[in-house]
Amino acid sequence: MIVFLLRRLGAGLVLIFVVTAATFFLTYGANIPVARNILGPSATQDQVNLLNTQLGLDQPILQQYWTWLTGVLTGDLGTSYFTSEPIASALASRLPVTLSVVLVASIITLLLSTVLGIASAARGGWLDTLLQSVATFSYIFPAIVLGIVLVYVFAIALRLVPAIGFVPFAQSPVGWFLSVILPAVVLAIGGIASLAAQIRGSMIDELSRDYIRSLRSRGSSEASILFRHALRNAAGPALTTFSLLFITMFGSSLFIEKIFALPGYGTFAFTSTIQGDLPAMLGVTLFSVVLVVIVNLLVDVLQGWLNPKVRT
Amino acid sequence: MSVYDPSDTTTPAAVEGGAETRRAGAFLRLLRKPMGLGSLLVLAVVVVLGLLEPVLRTHSPNFTSLDFINAPPGTPGWPLGADQYGRDIWARALSSINVSVISALIGASVAILIGTVFGLIAGYRGQRTDAATSWVFNLLMTFPALVLVIVLTPLTGGAYQITMAIFGFFLAPGIYRLVRNLVVGVRNELYVDAARVSGLSNRRIISRHVFYVVRGPIIISAAFMASAAISVQAGLAFLGLGSTQVPSFGVMTNDAFLNIYGQPVQLVWPSVFLALLNGALVLLGNAYRDVLAGPQAGRKRRRTRRLVGEAVPMAAPGAQSSAVSAATPDRGEGGLLTVRNLRVAYPSTDGSEREVVRGLDLEVNPGEIVGLVGESGSGKTQTAFSILGLLPKEARVSADELRVAGDSLLDGNGAAQRNLRGGVVSYVPQEPMSNLDPSYTIGSQLMEGLKRTMPRKEAKAAILALLERVGIPDPPRTFKAYPHQISGGMAQRVLIAGAVVSRPKLLIADEPTTALDVTVQAEILDLLRELQRELGMGVLLVTHNFGVVADLCDRVVVMRNGELVEEGAVRDIFHAPSQTYTKELIAAILDEETTRSDAPASPMGSGVS
Repeated sequence: MIVFLLRRLGAGLVLIFVVTAATFFLTYGANIPVARNILGPSATQDQVNLLNTQLGLDQPILQQYWTWLTGVLTGDLGTSYFTSEPIASALASRLPVTLSVVLVASIITLLLSTVLGIASAARGGWLDTLLQSVATFSYIFPAIVLGIVLVYVFAIALRLVPAIGFVPFAQSPVGWFLSVILPAVVLAIGGIASLAAQIRGSMIDELSRDYIRSLRSRGSSEASILFRHALRNAAGPALTTFSLLFITMFGSSLFIEKIFALPGYGTFAFTSTIQGDLPAMLGVTLFSVVLVVIVNLLVDVLQGWLNPKVRT
Repeated sequence: MSVYDPSDTTTPAAVEGGAETRRAGAFLRLLRKPMGLGSLLVLAVVVVLGLLEPVLRTHSPNFTSLDFINAPPGTPGWPLGADQYGRDIWARALSSINVSVISALIGASVAILIGTVFGLIAGYRGQRTDAATSWVFNLLMTFPALVLVIVLTPLTGGAYQITMAIFGFFLAPGIYRLVRNLVVGVRNELYVDAARVSGLSNRRIISRHVFYVVRGPIIISAAFMASAAISVQAGLAFLGLGSTQVPSFGVMTNDAFLNIYGQPVQLVWPSVFLALLNGALVLLGNAYRDVLAGPQAGRKRRRTRRLVGEAVPMAAPGAQSSAVSAATPDRGEGGLLTVRNLRVAYPSTDGSEREVVRGLDLEVNPGEIVGLVGESGSGKTQTAFSILGLLPKEARVSADELRVAGDSLLDGNGAAQRNLRGGVVSYVPQEPMSNLDPSYTIGSQLMEGLKRTMPRKEAKAAILALLERVGIPDPPRTFKAYPHQISGGMAQRVLIAGAVVSRPKLLIADEPTTALDVTVQAEILDLLRELQRELGMGVLLVTHNFGVVADLCDRVVVMRNGELVEEGAVRDIFHAPSQTYTKELIAAILDEETTRSDAPASPMGSGVS
């Protein structure tokens, strides 16, 4: 298990390295007129050249990369060109917003798709139809349309929740919940159907296996067969699907944040990209990949806990 | 074999022709489905609207008129009204259709191109190529694609086409996995082997044969990916990434969103068009999947709905006894197991029923070992499962009489049967490994049924004692072990222990030694015999192997095609089998020494054993 996790960690580190390096060379190499953007059209060429030197943008790109890489290894992601705020702390302050939304969405997705998936595997009928309808619905309406409709109905028309903004959990748990529930629902709708379909499929596979019949022959109850045995064995593949779903939800949250005016990760990524704030763009990339690697490792640990074969 | 000659295309052409007809057929069947035809029509109409943009619009999409700011829908010349800048929403929508369609085409094409090429290579070459490419694509799949698409926007100079190409790259792993898995499945199929023998080069084999197999699934996922590309393009444009001069549904959605308090109706137009495009694509994909799955799909779904629970035997309507049962000697009441006129049938696709057990009579007396013998498909396992109540729920089980230890199993509810199982009747399966849940320790699995009838501690002690009794060297260790940590022979001992722990009166063993090594087989049979004597159980031993019958049984019942062929004392049957079929089975003992496969199936025999 340890060796397995170390190998996965190694693959994760490779992923982080490759993605950030590729992003670095693509963006720094794109000749974005950063200094001109910062100083505005009225600045003289001398001022632009001076700023380029100050930012180190006149150095060879390999040397710039080396500076960035050694900085990252010491925990320094650089500072924003526009706000002079350290990138690391800027990201750290925005992460709770995005994570709140994505985590609440994950909980909704996990709960509903497990219930739907099991019920649909065990009973079928109209539940199958419901599942397919939810799937089609989530494909038909992109997250942005869904988000705007929910804002319009629940925040503007019914005034049940605040339309925009984020309330930190520490400040008011209820306010926090109300501020993240709508975006979380939007993200969850996209994921419930695919995860439920996965759970349904693997439950059906498990329920048709020999050991289920053997358990029945020894007098096990239907509940134990369904939840203790079939679900446990079906959870592995479902977990893998969920880890991919988590990444997708994280990506979609970038779109959603604008609708709900959440000062999160997506807003930061968007602003820094529009401005051409290179260190901020790289910081966003680095943080996203690290998050992906962490989620994958967590899933691996859970897989090991679920499956005794992985453990040994 | 000869060197490949380009002019010699007989084999591939034959395959190609066959596949071509199948595909043409699939397309026709798609058109016959309301869902398929409907979504194709919607898609076509929307695409044509976009293509006819110059003809259908009166204003250019970016033309602004201060006089028509927020004009309501239906204003002459402004069919869908105007937005807050006084731009024609109808013209902008038409223009946006083209952007969406181009996005879908680029995104899906890039994904299909990259995914298919690498999937074909990896799947066909296998080994290291496969391992390396799969590793790369698995990493690619976990990429936070949207973050990268956003961050890399400056590279595109605002052109959404390039952004969509980048996005298509991130969609590729889905296609890659699909193609690779299909190719791996197809690779070893006979016709590819045959093509290789006939001297075709690898590349020819891939392009000609394998491609036809993967084409359908690729078309299906292309529909979904096109829909994903449209949504992502809309999302990016909504955020304001890319040129604001290009009208698109994302830009329109954003304009409407800013205007939502004043003119919520403006949100309807981009949403409706997005929904029409995405809906048509997704439903088209679904319909095509149903078409490819064929008429079997409906039946499959019906089967899966009935995985939970099991068939409840019904009393047969009218006491019609079959010709065979008339020949059966009457043993009177008081047997441990009495089966009269047992019938098991399954619904088939065309609505009729297929009988796999046809009026079987069977008797097991207390302390007697009865062999139930027949080839695969003879209905012997179906008979055993119907006594145990373990047949799948769609099976129709009926009998004039089905009685175990005096209790009738007919018309009983599931709970009553469950009480019988794990108590009076128990079961030893054929394949020991697959009959243990891989996720739980052996101890916890064996305890599960017992915990209902005795305290935990007592149950554990009983299991440990039994594990020792069935010849497990270190019972406490095995108790704590997981199934994958023990051998097949040990697993079968474990399952036997689990079967006899409740001191059952009737033990049903379904080919208990077939899956085991020859050396272990004899030990397991000895164990079964010893336990039978100790506990005074009646045993119904299901097997195709007359050697096992000779070794263990008192009496034998021979089955074929769901009917009883002959029955009698083992000695009598061995010395004077009256039926040819029985003679064949006895003759097959010799083959058993070398092959351990099932006896040859008769033409009527089918896979329901």
